[in-house]
Amino acid sequence: MLVLVYLALIVALIPLFSILGEVVLKGANSINFNFLTQPTPTVGETGGGVANAVQGTLITVGLASFIGIPLGLLSGIFLSEYGEARISSVVRFFNDVLSGFPSILVGIFAYALIVTVIGFSVTAAAFSLAIIMLPIVTRTTEEALKLVPATLREAAIALGIPRWKTTVYVALSGAKRGIATGTLLAVARIAGESAPVLITVGYWRWWFAGLNQPAANLALNIYIFAISPFENWIALAWGSALVLVIIIVGINAVVRVLTREKYP
Amino acid sequence: MFMSYKFEIENLNAWFGSKQVLKQINMKIREKAVTAIIGPSGCGKTTLIRCFNRMHEIVPRAKVSGKVLFNGVDIYDEHVDPVSLRRKIAMVFQKPNPFPMMSIHDNVAAGLKLSGMRDREKLDSIVERSLKMAILWDEVKEDLNKSGVNLSGGQQQRLCIARALAVEPEVMLMDEPCSALDPIATAKIETLIRMLANDYTVVIVTHNMQQAARVSDFTAFLYLGELVEYERTKDIFENPKRELTEKYITGAFG
Repeated sequence: MLVLVYLALIVALIPLFSILGEVVLKGANSINFNFLTQPTPTVGETGGGVANAVQGTLITVGLASFIGIPLGLLSGIFLSEYGEARISSVVRFFNDVLSGFPSILVGIFAYALIVTVIGFSVTAAAFSLAIIMLPIVTRTTEEALKLVPATLREAAIALGIPRWKTTVYVALSGAKRGIATGTLLAVARIAGESAPVLITVGYWRWWFAGLNQPAANLALNIYIFAISPFENWIALAWGSALVLVIIIVGINAVVRVLTREKYP
Repeated sequence: MFMSYKFEIENLNAWFGSKQVLKQINMKIREKAVTAIIGPSGCGKTTLIRCFNRMHEIVPRAKVSGKVLFNGVDIYDEHVDPVSLRRKIAMVFQKPNPFPMMSIHDNVAAGLKLSGMRDREKLDSIVERSLKMAILWDEVKEDLNKSGVNLSGGQQQRLCIARALAVEPEVMLMDEPCSALDPIATAKIETLIRMLANDYTVVIVTHNMQQAARVSDFTAFLYLGELVEYERTKDIFENPKRELTEKYITGAFG
């Protein structure tokens, strides 16, 4: 039995490490100072980099998080702490539907709502990404809050602590690691999301020019460059992939450190 | 000996959904005395004391009718704010429940800090006084900034008592405070309860009749949501008036 478990573990780890290994090996070759500081090259131009795509991704993901995280947190808190049974089950149901929604459809929704009005833009992409992260943040917030024992809330309420302070200082404080982890997964998920970005952010090979303008994007870089016939661009795609992986692993590491248990 | 009443309960009924758990309870609870509530599991003991600080109503679908006069004022009156009421009527629970994300100091200070007290020195002195009253100070004075969850069960329960005392309540409601503790820890808490009765009104729910006999001045026997008998503890145990009470305390059922 144990042998089977280990075998399954190895089978599961092979794709993970082969992808990571491939990305690191091929991506590392293209990473240099110019790559990290210059914007996308034009066809035939040598050199060039992904700095503008990193910038665009960070701004888009940042704006999406700015919309999606507070909304998701509040919904999760509502579901776990305040919701009446009937309203909660309706909200929870639609939240689950939303989290299973194909991301390209979310992209089309953002396209219809925003792109048709102000054009391909960071705003449209961020809007679609916010919708994608919303159910993940909501769900993980609710689950993390439910892991905080009800007896602790009772203790706080019995001490004459107002309800909202009980929520903030007892429930949220006890759930912050779980919430941070879940929120992070959501950020990582949208940072690598490509389908909705493909139809909302537009094509842009310059630096960020405003929230109502298109912008470059790392995930989109991989898509555009990888299917191009130019060797220079294919190298850029590998580099973009490695940078994306590094960003995601980096955020993870930072949050791990920040949410370390105060009393281990 | 004259004693005034801290609580006067009139026609109290309580429900969970459609299930009635308390039926027409009428009783008066004396000030600065220990009142024990005994009875078999599920008889409504815990619900009864949770009606005294309006903790019953935080459970979804829970309902109450009747009056609970606290210092002569009905706590179910619409003008009464349950949050400030609970600061006067503290509660200790069945299982010790210190806040795991707070230090020992912050656990004791939690009630005051989270209701807005900032004065660091005053907080420190209240924390020290409360821990001393809970006979825990000597055991934790070096570790005030460590977590409370590494303490033993008995110490955790005394920490919870200190936390409840810190908000300077008038009443201490205790819901089977020793049921999760060993005999030595139980003995310490019982000593503490007797000491608290000098300054506080204590109501303790217990399924342990010896405990009720040891610590309480008055004992109420509750059965299937009804108050069967309520007398001085001595009278209940030595000379019960009702047959049901006698059967319960002699162990004929339970």
